[in-house]
Amino acid sequence: MADQREQREAGQEAGLQAAKPDPPGYFPGESMTRRRAFEVAVQAIGGVAAGAVVLPAVGFAIAPIFHRGKERWEAVGRVGDFSSDTYKEVVFTLVPGIGEAGKTIAYVRRGSAQLHEDPKVFIAISSRCAHLGCPVRFVQAAGNFICPCHGGVYDFEGKRIGGPPVRPLDRFQTRIRAGTVEVGPRYSVTSQLKPVRARDPGEFVGGIWDYLYPPRPDVFPPPSQ
Amino acid sequence: MRLPLPAGRRPAEPGTDGNGNGAEPADLIEQPPRGPGQTSPKAAVAEGAKDVLGWVDQRVGGSGFLTGMLYRKVPKGTNWYYTLGSATLFAFVIQAITGVFLAMYYTPSPSGPNSAYASITHINNDVFLGEFVHSLHKWGASVMIILIFAHMARTFFFGAYKYPRELNWVIGVVLLILTMIMGLTGYLLPFDQRSFWATTVANNITGTGPVLGPYLADFLRAGPEFEATTLSRFYAIHMLLIPGAIIALIGAHLYLVVKLGTTAPPWMKAAKPKAAVPVERVSASADGSHGGAPR
Repeated sequence: MADQREQREAGQEAGLQAAKPDPPGYFPGESMTRRRAFEVAVQAIGGVAAGAVVLPAVGFAIAPIFHRGKERWEAVGRVGDFSSDTYKEVVFTLVPGIGEAGKTIAYVRRGSAQLHEDPKVFIAISSRCAHLGCPVRFVQAAGNFICPCHGGVYDFEGKRIGGPPVRPLDRFQTRIRAGTVEVGPRYSVTSQLKPVRARDPGEFVGGIWDYLYPPRPDVFPPPSQ
Repeated sequence: MRLPLPAGRRPAEPGTDGNGNGAEPADLIEQPPRGPGQTSPKAAVAEGAKDVLGWVDQRVGGSGFLTGMLYRKVPKGTNWYYTLGSATLFAFVIQAITGVFLAMYYTPSPSGPNSAYASITHINNDVFLGEFVHSLHKWGASVMIILIFAHMARTFFFGAYKYPRELNWVIGVVLLILTMIMGLTGYLLPFDQRSFWATTVANNITGTGPVLGPYLADFLRAGPEFEATTLSRFYAIHMLLIPGAIIALIGAHLYLVVKLGTTAPPWMKAAKPKAAVPVERVSASADGSHGGAPR
């Protein structure tokens, strides 16, 4: 025993010391030690495993952003129910299946020749204020839409004439089916009443704002005019 | 806390002579003989409790940490303002406990006979102490907001955010934001008119943020309008997502408080450091008569 140990120590002093791998397992010429290779492999497998759990979960949560629902049209009244000089308040279901929370109000009238509109076209103005989404009301005596929350005022066409709203009131697409007026997807309008894609309240339209408030995949394109 | 364990049953330090080396701690090898005298039930219960605590502590080793935390030195001048953080924590614990019990009766459904509003009405009117628990949760939310701001003001005016405690300030600000998200998401859950319209407005404010705002609003609503799953989405955020994050961050917050200690109030003068050099040597060298600066 003692002799063997002495021999080993002597051998190390004689030059085996230099050949001892450092770090252990390393041999000259390899680009990556075995230990390092296993570290990288284990980290990669762990990353794949974590991603396999996290990515589907995140996708699950944000999927509705990219999902456009079915186009819905709701009958709101006979063609003869509406005139061109005042609005008729109609309640219809915007989001089905959630009862009262899914209903909304539109103010509907015929196109007016005085406002250079096609009399055969029906105009449905959303009650959702363009400031922060409170419900506006059409006040007959004033001929204006007035918002109870922060004092937004809109004229007969829904253009902003006072208060904090950033654009005119939104509108709904309309069509006539068998003598019945139907309202469809929501769209927003510029201050010149040009249809643009629907936006949330508080978002400006036109110019640089189209880049600061980019299009969302879950809203319908505006009607072509 | 170092418990007064009976002689011979004091746990060994973990990893000294008992862990992994084949040898068992001394107290496990030598069971001390129980004397025939200690037969009173009170003494037996006390002895049993010490045995159980000792058993746990021997395996967890938490007594040293608890001693260090509970008996740590605090600076002179520590006063009642230093309890605002603990008070906020207490408010959070109240919210967590009452929230768990409210969740047993609440249904996050927007319509129908089992709607959220109907379940809240049921809690308030029918469930035993339901209105009390609901009110604790409702008013406790405001109390927590008030306390967290008071705690923040204390930290700011006492200068307790300065080095080395900047990171704890940052964690605290994140906790403040999370607490306000709790207030926002919880506001919808009663699902009355105020809840609905306040959430509508809050969502639309979210949407006015540039570039990401519209998508964030869609994410909160799960769509372009108030949708069928908006309520359950707010409920999940309110009772699962944010509380988990708050609990984790409170852990980090407390860890840093214990690790770094608290600061003295700014009106306390710092203790004079003991002079490393006798005063007479300093004054003697001032006129240069002895030459060379003393060390």
